[in-house]
Amino acid sequence: MADVKKMATRDGYGKGLVALGAEHADVVVLDADLAGSTKTGMFAKAYPDRHFNCGIAEGNMMSVAAGLAASGLTPFASSFAMFASGRAFEQIRNSIGYPALNVKIGASHGGMSVGEDGASHQCCEDFALMRSIPGMVVICPADGVEAEAATKAAYEHKGPVYLRMGRLAVPVFHEEGFQFTIGKGEVMRDGNDIAIIANGLMVYEAIQAGKKLAQMGINARIINMSTIKPLDEELVLKCAKECGKIITCEEHSVIGGLGEAVCSFLSETYPTPVKRIGVNDEFGFSGPAGEVLKAFGLCADHIVEVAKDFCGK
Amino acid sequence: MTAQDKKQLAITACKVRMGIVESTHAAKCGHPGGSLSAADMFTYLYFKELNVDPTNPKWEDRDRFVLSKGHTAPGLYSALALRGFFPVEDLLTLRKVGSYLQGHPNMNTVPGVDMSTGSLGQGISAACGMALASKTMGKNNRVYTLLGDGEIQEGQVWEACMFASHYKLDNLCVIIDNNGLQIDGDVAKVMSPYPIVDKLEAFGFQAYAIDGHDFDQIEEALNAAKTVKGKPCAIVMKSVKGKGVSFMENNAGWHGVAPNDAQFEQAMSELKAQLKELEGN
Repeated sequence: MADVKKMATRDGYGKGLVALGAEHADVVVLDADLAGSTKTGMFAKAYPDRHFNCGIAEGNMMSVAAGLAASGLTPFASSFAMFASGRAFEQIRNSIGYPALNVKIGASHGGMSVGEDGASHQCCEDFALMRSIPGMVVICPADGVEAEAATKAAYEHKGPVYLRMGRLAVPVFHEEGFQFTIGKGEVMRDGNDIAIIANGLMVYEAIQAGKKLAQMGINARIINMSTIKPLDEELVLKCAKECGKIITCEEHSVIGGLGEAVCSFLSETYPTPVKRIGVNDEFGFSGPAGEVLKAFGLCADHIVEVAKDFCGK
Repeated sequence: MTAQDKKQLAITACKVRMGIVESTHAAKCGHPGGSLSAADMFTYLYFKELNVDPTNPKWEDRDRFVLSKGHTAPGLYSALALRGFFPVEDLLTLRKVGSYLQGHPNMNTVPGVDMSTGSLGQGISAACGMALASKTMGKNNRVYTLLGDGEIQEGQVWEACMFASHYKLDNLCVIIDNNGLQIDGDVAKVMSPYPIVDKLEAFGFQAYAIDGHDFDQIEEALNAAKTVKGKPCAIVMKSVKGKGVSFMENNAGWHGVAPNDAQFEQAMSELKAQLKELEGN
């Protein structure tokens, strides 16, 4: 694996912001004392006059972002996923979501892969919270290149967007220059025995699982579903019809995230057996990211086990 | 301010109060108490202070007003209607299905409303964002926001005050309607926000304490605020909740209750008498 290039999605976000800053004078960036971690510090270095540290006050930051957007600027407001989506939920709901203001929320350190910081910081509820807000676009890119492209796509989209990034450096499998389309899933591998629909760092795990499953005679279709909302229903339906079985994988609670979005859609349109891989209504704990992810079954081996069982092999 | 100007403002404020009573009566709900306490400020802002254009409510260089105490929408709507942003008759659709006059201000449906509010403590932060945007874009417009004295119990208000001071938002004017009452009673007994002026000064504001029903004092404070450089300004206005309707004055029970038919008749007859007296002078 040493030859695989790795990059955290938060680094892609930082790169995306710097690129946007060069092209668009209306882009401003807010942070809540985490600029070094969320990577908005890269933007601060390039455009110090358009980066505003709000201190450790996420609620105020989100409403300030709303005011900036109401005056015609395009703010990207960043913190850790826990504090952006959790602590500031109601500010996002009422100051940004309800008036449909053009605010982009760049949340880093999502999911269990925060690792050593432990449960207080391992946010596995943000998809659920953000999906529930009318009009909110929810995106979780799979690698650094996709994160950069998604950041640019978020700018082009008029309206609120929640971007969830990770702390951990993960393998890059998108080509430089990749163009991101909001609401469109990506077929990473073809197959008709089962469809594995993943997002975030689980996409690479799903791709690895797909290779192992192929050796066992199971042809899995692997989907990168970076946009959780709006869900690419056309692609989900196609997977359901052509594969008949679906596994969803996400670094998030099985409650309210990608798995639930897929299940909700299919149960009303084309009932299909689905197994959800995610965090099973539990809090995390401290430890190196890789070990914590394994402990929660957020890894290729677990996907293989679930898929084998699902396919009766 | 000339005596004639002052008289005209008092007449308009009385009409704003009538709009508050009529709209909440028609809706059979709403928040008359804090709308009436701020009616003189709403009037001064929309008829003397704010650089706005009712024929072009989204004009980019306008002054902004954020009603952080969004539940007093009837006061804001009444002032906006009288200023010409929308027909006064529409006030009677307040809070009804299909009306653009939502229970709390909606910037996307109500002409002249600059920010959607209703959840206390958030409007002041949005106003900070607007003031920062104006500075970033090199605009000279000003941003005003009105908060309740109960509202400042919200921690976010003080996060916003820190922010305003840190970024030297001297184009921001924070107004606090100190009517002394919130839903559960006396603000000092529910959770005392006092001393308000001292707190604001400690947070780096230039703060003014005034009588919120005295147009001379309102004008003096707002004018003084415009001369301050390098820090934000705050005006703490002492006011009477329910001002102008005898049985609503200084009664927390009128925070979020509409007048019934008999109370409506009495309130309107009192306001009509005040108007007649003002117009007769």
